[in-house]
Amino acid sequence: MGSRCGRVCWKWGSPLRRLTGFSRLLSTAVLAPQICVVGSGPAGFYTAQHLLKHHRLARVDIYEKLPVPFGLVRFGVAPDHPEVKNVINTFTQTAHSDRCSYYGNITIGKDVTVKELQRAYHAVVLSYGAEDNRILGIPGENLSGVYSARAFVGWYNGLPENRDLKPDLSSETAVVLGQGNVALDVARVLLSPLDILGKTDITEGSLAAIACSKIKRVWLVGRRGPLQVAFTIKELREMINLPGTRPLLDPADFTGLGDVVKDVPRPRKRLTELMVKSALEKPGEKEASRWAAATKEWGLKFQRSPLEVLPAADGKQARGIRMAVTRLEGSGESARAVPTGEVEELECGLILSSIGYRSLPLDSLIPFDPKLGIIPNSLGRVQGTPGLYCSGWVKRGPTGVIITTMNDSFDTAQSVLEDLQSGVLDLSNTKEGFKSVRSILHSRGVHPVTFSDWETIDAAEVARGKLAGKPREKIVDPQEMLQLISH
Amino acid sequence: RWLLAAWRPGGGSGAARRPGRFFGVSARARLSSEDKVTVHFINRDGDKLTAEGKVGDSLLDVVVDKNLDIDGFGACEGTLACSTCHLIFEDHIFEKLDAITDEEMDMLDLAYGLTETSRLGCQICLKKFMNNMTVRVPEAVADARQSIDMSKNS
Repeated sequence: MGSRCGRVCWKWGSPLRRLTGFSRLLSTAVLAPQICVVGSGPAGFYTAQHLLKHHRLARVDIYEKLPVPFGLVRFGVAPDHPEVKNVINTFTQTAHSDRCSYYGNITIGKDVTVKELQRAYHAVVLSYGAEDNRILGIPGENLSGVYSARAFVGWYNGLPENRDLKPDLSSETAVVLGQGNVALDVARVLLSPLDILGKTDITEGSLAAIACSKIKRVWLVGRRGPLQVAFTIKELREMINLPGTRPLLDPADFTGLGDVVKDVPRPRKRLTELMVKSALEKPGEKEASRWAAATKEWGLKFQRSPLEVLPAADGKQARGIRMAVTRLEGSGESARAVPTGEVEELECGLILSSIGYRSLPLDSLIPFDPKLGIIPNSLGRVQGTPGLYCSGWVKRGPTGVIITTMNDSFDTAQSVLEDLQSGVLDLSNTKEGFKSVRSILHSRGVHPVTFSDWETIDAAEVARGKLAGKPREKIVDPQEMLQLISH
Repeated sequence: RWLLAAWRPGGGSGAARRPGRFFGVSARARLSSEDKVTVHFINRDGDKLTAEGKVGDSLLDVVVDKNLDIDGFGACEGTLACSTCHLIFEDHIFEKLDAITDEEMDMLDLAYGLTETSRLGCQICLKKFMNNMTVRVPEAVADARQSIDMSKNS
């Protein structure tokens, strides 16, 4: 991007070229698209990045509900996966670009409406992700000891709304419902050696709670079979190699599976082969002694569908989970789990449901499909609402890793660029951008947090972390953040 | 930007970028032209981008150092935590590449448009035999629309 900044080139027609330098600048300002992005996670930043790179004049403002940016990169990626967070560097570069501004501490739908944003900007891109989770819909779901994996992840990652979760870690066995990467993340955080966790950016409070945890065993329970697990091989490998732990894999679940996957695409094949190997093959000497010495264990249970969380004698705590034994109809990704009539109970004091995140509607005027949990759209253009776009999980659903969101965001940006070029977005309509939003916010007593403010918070977190031998000590109280930047 | 990437907290399970690069300024001056390798990148628009690196540079290094126009390349900065540096090699080059590790394959498995001659650019270091090779940046999205670029003079 840097190499392009110095060049002056005029795209729109010859009349402009006859103007003097000063008037040219004025005309350019009139024709610069004002674009707003709602949400500062990977979707928001990658959409902004693509727009800024592929349009010489576009101004992009990124809005965020929290004071701090980066969404799930900060609050979702596990503390022991710092490399995944390297994308923050490229996002920071984008935020520093002179045609980009970040405005935190602004809740769209409350502090300013989408309609008001549409009046201020030529295009509004909704990239606000999935802040909720799917619910089990079973009795006992609200007993103490039952939490969504989303809230648990938010808790150990310092998401302000989950800081008071106080999960009950006093029992020996935890059950995680779901077999995706989030399920593996929470299992790994529950069982990781403390000296490893202690060097990450996990919050101080959650680390202290985990240090007192009695949990020795974590089951990851899925409705279907080993061929339908949603986690990926790198994360599985990490779990198998987790120091101080041993895997509990029932050979009966894996016998013959090696042959079944001989001809399936490589990713599924290798993933299955790794499970089969761990379950059926005799471990090597080093591994065998590690497993023998392990004080904690984790395992996979298949073809079990949750029916009811069972209460303890006091009627308030979870003491176990009753599950239906299923059989599979069909095969591969589309296999369905059908109850057999058999039922099983598993004793546990902590249940984490990891069955998917879920988006929420932002504003009653924006189309939203509650069944799919997405904003209805075509190639990122919100249905029936010109000038409104969406990218990321709120557009496609809450699955995928950062590259998935990156590609998707570039795709939406592409639609915006097409509409700018074709005139669907009418640039002769002058838009004020943040100027008009600022006065709205001011009149409502809302103070935006700038990127420079975030850098002050960032520096404070890093400094505090240094004292504890961690990359950062996250501030979990938004008020404390605001005080730090004297708002 | 790679100065920011220099400090990597915690362990991480991927291969880190080679630390020798950060002493690169004076080292570069000392290297002779015999260590230069020319690589042609075909980006997603079909444009050919030609760049020069030195023996030992990874293909990610080349893309970053020469600021090549490839959207979203190298998101995790060479730590085997993504697949955005996925590149497709010519058969005769692919055969001579160093064997792939499990760690690289684990991430490559998640890449879009995987082919028989795919590798992750951050793991492939330039060697003399690669001089003038052509690598292709694979399609990133299912949608094959003509990409719009309003950043250049039309």
